[in-house]
Amino acid sequence: MSSQICFVQGNEACVRGALYAGVRFFAGYPITPSTEIAEHLAEQLPRVGGKFVQMEDEIASMCAVCGASLAGFKAMTATSGPGFSLKQEALGYAIMAEIPCVVVDVQRGGPSTGLPTECSQGDLMQARWGAHGDHSIIALTASSIQDVFSTTVEAFNMAETYRTPVILLFDEVIGHMREKLEIPEQGVLPVVERLHTEVRAGVNYHPYLPREDGRLPMSDFGGVHRYNVTGLHHDIWGFPTQNADQVSKLNYHLYDKIENREHLLARWKEYYLDDAEQVIISYGSSARSCRQLVENRHHKGDRIGLLELQTLWPFPAKLVREKTARAKSIFVVEMNMGQLAAQVKPIVVNPDRVFRVNRVDGQLITPTDIGQVMRVIEGRGF
Amino acid sequence: MSIHRLIRQRFFPHLWCPGCGHGMILNALLHAVDELGIEQSQLCMVSGIGCSARISGYVDFHSMHTLHGRALAFATGLKLARPELKVFVPMGDGDAMAIGGNHFIHACRRNIDMVAIVMNNRIYGMTGGQYSPLSGRGIVATTAPYHSIDRDFDTVRLATGAGATFVARTTAFHVREISSLIKKAYEHKGFAVVEVLTQCPTYFGRKNKLGGPVQMLEWYRDNTAPLGSKKLAENPDLIPRGVFVDEEAPEYCSEYDSVIARAHKE
Repeated sequence: MSSQICFVQGNEACVRGALYAGVRFFAGYPITPSTEIAEHLAEQLPRVGGKFVQMEDEIASMCAVCGASLAGFKAMTATSGPGFSLKQEALGYAIMAEIPCVVVDVQRGGPSTGLPTECSQGDLMQARWGAHGDHSIIALTASSIQDVFSTTVEAFNMAETYRTPVILLFDEVIGHMREKLEIPEQGVLPVVERLHTEVRAGVNYHPYLPREDGRLPMSDFGGVHRYNVTGLHHDIWGFPTQNADQVSKLNYHLYDKIENREHLLARWKEYYLDDAEQVIISYGSSARSCRQLVENRHHKGDRIGLLELQTLWPFPAKLVREKTARAKSIFVVEMNMGQLAAQVKPIVVNPDRVFRVNRVDGQLITPTDIGQVMRVIEGRGF
Repeated sequence: MSIHRLIRQRFFPHLWCPGCGHGMILNALLHAVDELGIEQSQLCMVSGIGCSARISGYVDFHSMHTLHGRALAFATGLKLARPELKVFVPMGDGDAMAIGGNHFIHACRRNIDMVAIVMNNRIYGMTGGQYSPLSGRGIVATTAPYHSIDRDFDTVRLATGAGATFVARTTAFHVREISSLIKKAYEHKGFAVVEVLTQCPTYFGRKNKLGGPVQMLEWYRDNTAPLGSKKLAENPDLIPRGVFVDEEAPEYCSEYDSVIARAHKE
């Protein structure tokens, strides 16, 4: 079987990527602008022996995903802002109980019901801190249909590798836009399978005892090993504990397994950064407009480059610092009020030269919008 | 003594108060499992949050202690993924009927094969005695210091109305009946609800001056009667016990197999 070329929207590319990665369970609830993900999986999953269920609400969907993942299935759900808010409780459970799963948030305008059919990138901080308590999270994004596909595969890989939920933070434009997608042959992109324990039946299995490399082999819930899963702080058996040492150890484990791997988890694209004096940092659909602007101005001889982040969390601070080290000014372009800019500012060499370029009216930020803001900042007027 | 093999003895003593009915339900449940001869590694216990939810930690089955009210949603994902597993979902009254009410009615409607056990002591025990949707009018609780004005749900009627295909009720006084109803519920293919009226002497009993656990259990003995009994016919105000619904209907996981079959054809 050779690669397959199709013309699909982002939400469908996400489904194709998930199937490529081996998704076998989806639980969801209808919500614009992510619904097509559920629709396509309702059609596709039974064909590959998987299961699809439309639950009674967003909360239940996230819970069902946890249940199915523990049973050994690669599992995912998809939603948008209001549903993402509702999923935070069970998302926190998945973080605590170390349940691999993928949660897609096709962002729309907020707060609240906001702009159901318009684009936004306002959920960046919710993806990071939506669940209560100290924790860490992986969140990825993409700016093209091809990247939606490959990033979705990556999301499943990271979820399995680190036994954690991974957020795919797409946006309405990316979800609904149609572009060419080339689906590679199976085996071309790496796919990480569930790491199962080698502990045999009848021998003590510790579900929360990391190996030397930090990974925690799993035993399918309902399989040969009987163990406990809980959202409470727990010991290596999965049993609740309030022992201060064990509590502290677990908190650091959950945090460090992701934060200490910032360099391994960083995914990005860059354009003309080598000699750039002006560096634009962006992600998702905003990065498309940035790229257009950068291409145009680069061809006119401007020393301008683009750093497109695909990993948003853990925030790739080292990467951003390095890529902007020689920049005279940095423009953070996003469709919110500066949620990424707030991450960029404290970690760059010259925080005073970090400027925000935002649009928050539900419309896609354009190259003209970005150019205008840059002209004002550069003192060249409108 | 054979039921000892079914518990995780190192987690005892349990955290329930002296006189609590939850331990009696656990005892009845273990006897039911033992008599049914279910293989321990086939049985999954999925619970929510609260006093009742701790039951899952004490049993040596696969145990998932989840979120408040959400046990049925977790269990649905688990069961749908692996229909061969046997799933028990013990819940408290607040757990099942307040925060988990939506999940409860939809699990009934879906008719997915599992046994939901509602351990109804009419109070939030773990948080210290607040009224629940099953407390009823006139009940005193820490959040109803004068009296509760909230009308209560009837678990049996709610489950029946929502489409559960097996619905039963008993009390902590009737320990053998708990076992026999759990066995029937297990053998039923579809979503089965067993409500067990139980006592919380620490909060419900004390706040409402109902005496100790013995008096509370005696109240259940004296104020309930089996369905179809002469006692119930003569005293229609008593709380009926027994099997209210036991009907066949398409089970969700089996139905999904037909979806898979159709998807393969098209």
